[in-house]
Amino acid sequence: MSVPLTLLGLLERQPSHGYDLKRDYDLWFGHGRALPFGQVYSTLARLARDGKVVMDEVTPGEGPERKRYVITDRGATEVDTWLTEPVAPEPHQQTVLFAKVVLALMLDRPAEEYLDTQRRAHLARMRELTEAKRTGGLVEGLLADHGLFHLEADLRWIDTTSARLDALRAQVKP
Amino acid sequence: MSAALEARGVALSFGETPALRGADLIVETGEIVAVMGPSGSGKSTLLHCLAGILVPDAGEIHALGRRIDNLNEAERSELRRDRFGFVFQFGQLVPELTAEENVALPLLLGGVRREPALRRAREWFGRLGIDGLERRRSGELSGGQAQRVALARGLVGEPAVLFADEPTGALDSFTGEQVMDLLVDSARRQGATVVLVTHEARVAAYADREIMVRDGRVTSPAVAS
Repeated sequence: MSVPLTLLGLLERQPSHGYDLKRDYDLWFGHGRALPFGQVYSTLARLARDGKVVMDEVTPGEGPERKRYVITDRGATEVDTWLTEPVAPEPHQQTVLFAKVVLALMLDRPAEEYLDTQRRAHLARMRELTEAKRTGGLVEGLLADHGLFHLEADLRWIDTTSARLDALRAQVKP
Repeated sequence: MSAALEARGVALSFGETPALRGADLIVETGEIVAVMGPSGSGKSTLLHCLAGILVPDAGEIHALGRRIDNLNEAERSELRRDRFGFVFQFGQLVPELTAEENVALPLLLGGVRREPALRRAREWFGRLGIDGLERRRSGELSGGQAQRVALARGLVGEPAVLFADEPTGALDSFTGEQVMDLLVDSARRQGATVVLVTHEARVAAYADREIMVRDGRVTSPAVAS
């Protein structure tokens, strides 16, 4: 998750104070992990240094909320580029799980049991996410779905690998 | 909790082909258990044995406090009709009957008179979000609607145990999840025990726990931890 780009994106809606940005970030993207104020202001300072935001209307008076941030054309271009470009599909070809299975077979350990243990852990997490989806709103549901689909893909790999363990064993331990 | 269902060393072959080779399982009352496993692993056969549809060659099946594998066909049929509910992959609605008659079927077979049976059946249409479809025949229902009708039929008799064999297998994933939501909510409200056979992890995730069947045996925890 890119905090600078997300804050820039929030700023493109309207000029905002740091406090408002933090509130909206926590609401939509925090997922239970709030963004520290320190990080909000240090990020905004870097964005200002790089010419992606400027400060506007320094309100007279006391308190930390005097500065309002406005996105610049340069900042808006960066948001546009970020949104338009696809996220690099991560192939995940060198997973810990794969390494464990291969090593287990090389060392004559019970690879199938390890896969079963992993399957149970994945299903336990899927149950938690399913419950979150059943009891939460649309946002929680879509976030849970994202996790569920990834876990489901892992499980398919676990099942496929379980079914081919003998063949894999023959290759890694000829 | 006490056991609603128990399989002890259950074995069953179809001709020369063994489907179950000593399966053990305990399902506690009120539990929702997903039975998973590859195609041909014996998971559906296990469900059919637990439900008294098939009789094992060896081993014992206990359901709701009694041994059922040694009952005769008439006794098992009565048990299935009075205490169990069923939902299958393709709904298996009777095409000649309307949706409400399909839902009322277990009650009618159990001796409830037509009007009270239909009244009780109709209550389910609102509950499952299919009101207005009471008079349709199965050919006039979408897959999701038909499966909700099948779910209503499975639950209308307030069964102690609901057996569901791939209940979302013929549905797209979104509709399947709606059906699972309704199945779990309704079963919990009634306090029904559920045995859910599925090969889909996303469906199994609605259960309290899952068991794995492989080569005719239960390979992962057969008992609730």
